[in-house]
Amino acid sequence: MCRVLDLQQAVLAKNDACAHTLREDLAARGTAVVNLLSSPGSGKTALLERELTLARERGVPVAALTADLATENDAVRLARSRVPVKQVLTDGLCHLEAEMLGGHLDGWLPAGTQLLFVENVGNLVCPASYDLGETLRVVLASVTEGEDKPLKYPTAFGLAHLVLITKSDIAAAVDFDEAEFRANVERVNPGAEVLRTSVRGGEGAGVLLDRALAARDGGPAHIPVMTRRSHHLHDGPADRAGDRGAVGSSRS
Amino acid sequence: MHEMSIALAVIDQVESAVRPEGATAVSRVRLEIGELAGVVPDALAFSFELAREGTVLAGAELVTDQVPARARCGGCGRTWPAGVPPRLSCPGCGGAAVDLLSGRELRIADVTWHDAPVPTPTHEER
Repeated sequence: MCRVLDLQQAVLAKNDACAHTLREDLAARGTAVVNLLSSPGSGKTALLERELTLARERGVPVAALTADLATENDAVRLARSRVPVKQVLTDGLCHLEAEMLGGHLDGWLPAGTQLLFVENVGNLVCPASYDLGETLRVVLASVTEGEDKPLKYPTAFGLAHLVLITKSDIAAAVDFDEAEFRANVERVNPGAEVLRTSVRGGEGAGVLLDRALAARDGGPAHIPVMTRRSHHLHDGPADRAGDRGAVGSSRS
Repeated sequence: MHEMSIALAVIDQVESAVRPEGATAVSRVRLEIGELAGVVPDALAFSFELAREGTVLAGAELVTDQVPARARCGGCGRTWPAGVPPRLSCPGCGGAAVDLLSGRELRIADVTWHDAPVPTPTHEER
């Protein structure tokens, strides 16, 4: 007898549930997570070091967790800001998952932390699929990476609450076409805010911190289309069951 | 490549779902993968073949149905195939009040197996 189980289960249901719990647990402690995604070399660490230092100077309690496949170099750099920093080595895994993050926070995250910045593994593909319980997801792209980056990595850019251009001080030298970059972000994520930053040139100092604090207090200012689901129209048979639809069984 | 993590999650969920049903050997798992899910079906198939060994899915075929990305404008009501990379502002009125109708699916649709054969009654017993 052939049996078919109509499962209709989201593959990432376990991660999504962990992320949801983590977000609620942290919110109860007054902490919001900011998930930073970019390619390797876009300048996540440099920008984060600057914003962490600013936060300390302004008296905002923040902490940072940085994930890499190998080395503790980023944690050493971020620790220069003199805020609590933790390095996570993923042992080759290309992304963080909510359960891993939660495990690393136990016994480490200082009480009273308002913002926890998570510097994800440098990768614009895999981390995009994993909700870490963040309140704000920020995607960074440096001016050297090409204006079409949002089109090449539409899932990453499409799910961002905020997009930061980094290394803006060398934009002219590399012929960065900012209008085209912005149009490409707009195509995959209409309404998303795009801000220029440069650690060397001082541009956009504090914008990440300000946006993160605003999101902690009132939620993200922008909800990406890719995260909006229609509840009025359902196209495919799968939608009828919903994301975690009832488990039914049938025989054929 | 996070497809190995995805494959492990699929296997974990299928095992949890079919064991209480008494399944011993799953023959097929059908997934729905949206164009914008960020998952490469070929890479997932490769990972699945490695990850299924020693599980109830050891001989299972992985079938992936790709779900096209479609969007609808809340302003003018127009629907369109979003494509990849997606166009998520309305091509009709230019509005940004858009809903994604499909394309982000990463879902186990169904699982198929064969029950262990029940001894067939002989003619005399009927």
